[in-house]
Amino acid sequence: MATRYIRRLFPHPLLSVALVIVWQFLSNDPSINSLVFGVILGVLLPFATAAYWPDRPQVTRPWKLIPYGLIVAWDIITANITVAMIVLFKRNDDIHSKWISIPLDVRTPEAITALAGTITLTPGTVSVDLSNEGHALLVHALHADNPEKVARKIKQRYERRLKEIFE
Amino acid sequence: MTHGYIDIAIAAALVIGGLFTLVGSVGLLKLRAPMARLHAPTKASTLGVGSILLASVLFAFASDAPSYHELLIIAFLFMTAPVSAYFISKVHIHLQNQRDPLPKPARDRIWATMAKREEDTPSVPEMKSEN
Repeated sequence: MATRYIRRLFPHPLLSVALVIVWQFLSNDPSINSLVFGVILGVLLPFATAAYWPDRPQVTRPWKLIPYGLIVAWDIITANITVAMIVLFKRNDDIHSKWISIPLDVRTPEAITALAGTITLTPGTVSVDLSNEGHALLVHALHADNPEKVARKIKQRYERRLKEIFE
Repeated sequence: MTHGYIDIAIAAALVIGGLFTLVGSVGLLKLRAPMARLHAPTKASTLGVGSILLASVLFAFASDAPSYHELLIIAFLFMTAPVSAYFISKVHIHLQNQRDPLPKPARDRIWATMAKREEDTPSVPEMKSEN
């Protein structure tokens, strides 16, 4: 009974937390004032827009997003260097761009979105399309001699972790 | 205000950022295939802009006026960059100007962009309602 009212008041708890944090960054001046106003916004906005957003996104282990973010940041740096080397020092004829089809294990829309975003942010690969039933992701790789290896790396490094976070 | 290490860090971040943005532009000019060309700017927008904004944060802290706006810029940039890349590559698929044919999806029939009929568009898979 009580949980139902709490759910009514806080339809999207994660969104509320995100709003408070974003407001702190926006106000650029960490103080009690901005914190209080951030909390007001964080409670009011999800409550007012709840009718337009009936499904609560599933994030079962949100704290695991932090190590995941660090891993992705590290991969962005190393892959940037690799791609810079390819762009600068490889002849166009030696660059083997390939399409890669990655079968998906993650099923929720949030997890698939996060995976597609990660693939695009990591240099060298861009996620292009989803199959009509959502069981496969189409990825374009700038230079891949072995598409299976790239697909395996994406599945082990990102998808496995995202499955833990979202499902 | 103390100089020294922090100045070196700011300068290094600026140079690295400029370098990767430059590489992104070079890639845009050099690469020939449209899909390959798409890779260049997405790189510049991650590490290039990221480290220039990092320099801005460091400078703000060094001059005793801490600023966190740059972190928000990075966060929103990282959320929006894949969307634009996705739309550009969707256009490429529609124009069908890629050299290699698309691979088959693992279990499904076609890729969503090629869908012509209503039932071929992706449906939200197995959403679990909490109520």
